[in-house]
Amino acid sequence: MENIVIIGNGIAGVTAARHIRKLSNKRIIIISAETDHFFSRTALMYVYMGHMKFEHIQPFEDWFWEKNRIELVRGYVTQVNPKEKKLTIDNVSSLHYDKLIIATGSKPNKFGWPGQDLHGVQGLYSKQDLDLLEVNAPNKEACKRAVIVGGGLIGIELAEMLRSRDIPVTFLVRETSFWNGVLPSGESQMINEHILEHHIDLRLGTNLKEIVSDENGRVKSVIIADTNEEIPCNLVGLTAGVTPNIDFLKDSGIELGRGVKVNRFLETNIKDIYAIGDCAEQHQAIGNRRPIEAVWYTGRMMGETLAQTICGNRIAYNPGHWFNSAKFLDIEYQTYGWVFSERRKAAHEMHFHWRHPEEKICITIAFHQDSRQFLGINTFGIRMRHEVFDRWLSEERTVDFVLEHLADANFDPEFYKKHESGIVSKYNADYGTSIKPKKKSLKRIFQIA
Amino acid sequence: MSTYDRSMALTGQPPKTITRNQKLATLVGMFGLAVMLLAAFNVSFPNKTLWLTISLSALFSGILWFSWEAYSQKLPGIKNDGVWFKSISSKGLWGWMAGIALTGFYIILYFYPEYLGLASKGGNKGVIALFDPLSKALSGNPASQWFVYGTLYTVAILAFGVKFLWKYRHNRYERLRTFSVMFFQTAFAFIIPELMARLNGDKLLNGGSLPYYDLKNVWPLNYYNFEGYRIKGFLSSGDIGFALLIFGILSIFVITPILTYKYGKRWYCSWVCGCGGLAETAGDSFRQLSDKSVKAWRIERWVVHSVVVFVTLMTTAVIYSYLGTDTSKYWLTKSTFLIGVATLLTLVFGWVMLFKREQLQKDAQYGAIGYFVIIMALIGFHFFSGEGHVFLFKSETLRKSYSFLIGSIFSGVIGTGFYPIFGNRVWCRFGCPMAAILGFQQRLFSRFRITTNGGQCISCGNCSTYCEMGIDVRAYAQKGENIVRSSCVGCGICSAVCPRGVLKLENGPQKGRIDSNQVLLGNDVDLMDLVNQK
Ligand SMILES: Cc1cc2nc3c(=O)[nH]c(=O)nc-3n(C[C@H](O)[C@H](O)[C@H](O)COP(=O)(O)OP(=O)(O)OC[C@H]3O[C@@H](n4cnc5c(N)ncnc54)[C@H](O)[C@@H]3O)c2cc1C
Ligand code: SF4
Ligand code: SF4
Repeated sequence: MENIVIIGNGIAGVTAARHIRKLSNKRIIIISAETDHFFSRTALMYVYMGHMKFEHIQPFEDWFWEKNRIELVRGYVTQVNPKEKKLTIDNVSSLHYDKLIIATGSKPNKFGWPGQDLHGVQGLYSKQDLDLLEVNAPNKEACKRAVIVGGGLIGIELAEMLRSRDIPVTFLVRETSFWNGVLPSGESQMINEHILEHHIDLRLGTNLKEIVSDENGRVKSVIIADTNEEIPCNLVGLTAGVTPNIDFLKDSGIELGRGVKVNRFLETNIKDIYAIGDCAEQHQAIGNRRPIEAVWYTGRMMGETLAQTICGNRIAYNPGHWFNSAKFLDIEYQTYGWVFSERRKAAHEMHFHWRHPEEKICITIAFHQDSRQFLGINTFGIRMRHEVFDRWLSEERTVDFVLEHLADANFDPEFYKKHESGIVSKYNADYGTSIKPKKKSLKRIFQIA
Repeated sequence: MSTYDRSMALTGQPPKTITRNQKLATLVGMFGLAVMLLAAFNVSFPNKTLWLTISLSALFSGILWFSWEAYSQKLPGIKNDGVWFKSISSKGLWGWMAGIALTGFYIILYFYPEYLGLASKGGNKGVIALFDPLSKALSGNPASQWFVYGTLYTVAILAFGVKFLWKYRHNRYERLRTFSVMFFQTAFAFIIPELMARLNGDKLLNGGSLPYYDLKNVWPLNYYNFEGYRIKGFLSSGDIGFALLIFGILSIFVITPILTYKYGKRWYCSWVCGCGGLAETAGDSFRQLSDKSVKAWRIERWVVHSVVVFVTLMTTAVIYSYLGTDTSKYWLTKSTFLIGVATLLTLVFGWVMLFKREQLQKDAQYGAIGYFVIIMALIGFHFFSGEGHVFLFKSETLRKSYSFLIGSIFSGVIGTGFYPIFGNRVWCRFGCPMAAILGFQQRLFSRFRITTNGGQCISCGNCSTYCEMGIDVRAYAQKGENIVRSSCVGCGICSAVCPRGVLKLENGPQKGRIDSNQVLLGNDVDLMDLVNQK
């Protein structure tokens, strides 16, 4: 029986294992240093906030693995030896593989700030980071102020977590507006306002200069670049992005860039070794995607694809239309297709933006200036139906069509206030059109003749 | 983890702590309860009307004040901070104490009402006497333990309903649904039956007297609805009585299936029902305690369906016992009735097995076959074993054991008393035969489903954790499957707490309602086709 070994029990490795099991009888071993069982990394915040216990963020009951004959090994792979097809675990035991899947995920970035390794300075990625946070910031007495460095998705989650325990938070964001490398300005501005509403001390356009130690090697304060302002604090959260977690592969002969280099079939330069998830780097970016996509969905889709290849049906990783979602404190965000920020968008990409007069709700629709083809949508505070937007993107609909049928795409709970008429009248005013929004149609939504 | 508080400390750190005002609010509420407790120990209050008003108002305003403190300063959004740190909501010491206190209350209520001051002769005493003025104002009669219970029940739904409205003020589905249960409890369960009692003996009823009837209670939830004394009551009360009886029958066979077809069983379980109403309001803080394991689901299916069999048998036996044998007197005789029941069951069973088989879980199929065989055997047995009692049992014994085991112990003592231990819907999930029948309809022929939004799920687990029915919502959502579960009461909380907007309760075409994608949206379309064709 073929021996499939997977390093990493995150979403990528586990999805691959589950699908390989569905398709075959091969022996499957998953090795992880982090936890015994798979858990949802995206839900770590909810454990600290008391919404769930750690057991709740494990998507499968413990008996699942044995029942599906997926063997779990707890240990850190220190070396991979492709010549002998062997792994070394924790420097001692070694394990043979026929096929190896590297799914080792990421680790938080550190940019060489002075003091970045002090006690009380940490990232938020692993279960261990969560445990450490309970030590560093158990409550507002022990942690009188926290400083978060890096205004991305994990940064704002960490801010929300700490605020749930009433810990004062200073949030250092390098950009002039929150996440404006990704979000268009209207949206970014709305999130700025919402962050302030949550009594978070948001410092835009601010860089960290140095983290200062007390006499015991614990963080005492941070110093801000340019102004040299010193902010006393007991915790520094480093959330300035992630990099692939692949240091242990340095001398293995596997081709590495920032991540493990793979082709469209998720194969590395060495036969029978594959890489998926956060740690995989495409030789060539796919469409508008980045060569490394550190998101949950990518790990899952790569796992689904690779399982096919491993089980004898070699197919390329060919992701469909881009989508993503996040939550900024109380505001849900979804995106379908591509909407780029002013900084990154091409000249032909036009944006239609609508924001609710009172509530924190807005959308931005991107379309092609000449063809008026719909390119993508960002929504804040309105849920949209994935299937419908996926279909519209495939059918290359125009922006006018999308606005006319917007009600079909709404996915808010029943009885929620509808915003289509406000959105469409703003569009009509902006572009001199006279679109009338159509009523929601179950027939169109569910595609029944 | 170290942060789980098993102690009773009300101090500590946010989000575990409660504010000073919340402590005061708790005191106010406790004072209201203390008045009742003193009354129960036969402290005689001089002005009952005044003291009852004081007591109920204190209870009410304590709860409102507490809730206002909890939510008014916060922005609209999900309010689950610290749920698993707080002793009361995470099976800590407070949780257990509350559970024991509630259970004790139910035991006294059901089995020892004399300790509450119920007197068969002479005036009421104790806490029941305290409620006399209100009861007299409504129905003209002195209070009973059920009146006391009904009043407290209504106060709980109203006060905690307001709390729920504040907590979910961003969510209109939750708000409307809560207004609805508050209304149905107050009007249908509490006020209308009391007023109806005023009509008894009236000309309108031809001098007859109606049985106490909460119109929104449908058989088999009100398993007693067709007992002899009630039928007599209905039939003796003129056209109104007769109409009510017909309404009772129509609600089982016509109204309920139609509404469930259109909207799922939620129209009842989380918009109308009183048990559901209490669970959703007073029980809201305990919804996360339900057991999500596959094992619990298996037990649930066996237990709840056994209750359905039990109640069907019992009701059949009860009706049978007062029917006559002479066709010339009344068309419905003992035998026609039994044959009718057998035919109906066979029709339903045959339809399911012929057309809806795949929709049933494996063990549900076995269960259905098993139960069908049992009931048929019993009915057959009857025809061979002659007259006297029905099947092998005395109908009275069946009725008594049902009302003791299911009506009292299960729905009251375990179902509500154990809120802080097993979660707020234990009764609805494991015990309620009405929920089981509606669930059966929901699973087999309803338009209702919870749609999963393509590939957006991040497997975080909020939905499963906060599903009061113990449904592992995530297990479906992360595979891109819709959730079509017979036990789902459509409370909408899974959808509310989902941080990624993945879930939507909706009514739509039945085609494709129960789909099962192996590969989620977002991936290559060819791959989806490839893997999805099994
Ligand atoms: C706080 C947080 C919130 C997030 N929220 C979102 C979100 O909302 N949406 C979204 O799309 N994405 C989100 N992400 C990103 C998402 O979680 C990741 O993209 C995803 O988990 C990556 O999965 P993976 O399987 O590639 O790797 P991982 O989940 O990182 O799993 C890799 C595993 O391999 C183990 N490992 C690594 N090296 C070795 C070794 N040498 N030996 C043994 N074991 C090893 C690691 O310990 C780890 O357990 C979030 C991430 C974080 C940290
Ligand atoms: S599945 Fe959702 S709507 Fe149904 S009972 Fe559970 S939480 Fe409520
Ligand atoms: S709450 Fe939403 S994102 Fe989380 S597991 Fe459930 S459906 Fe998925």
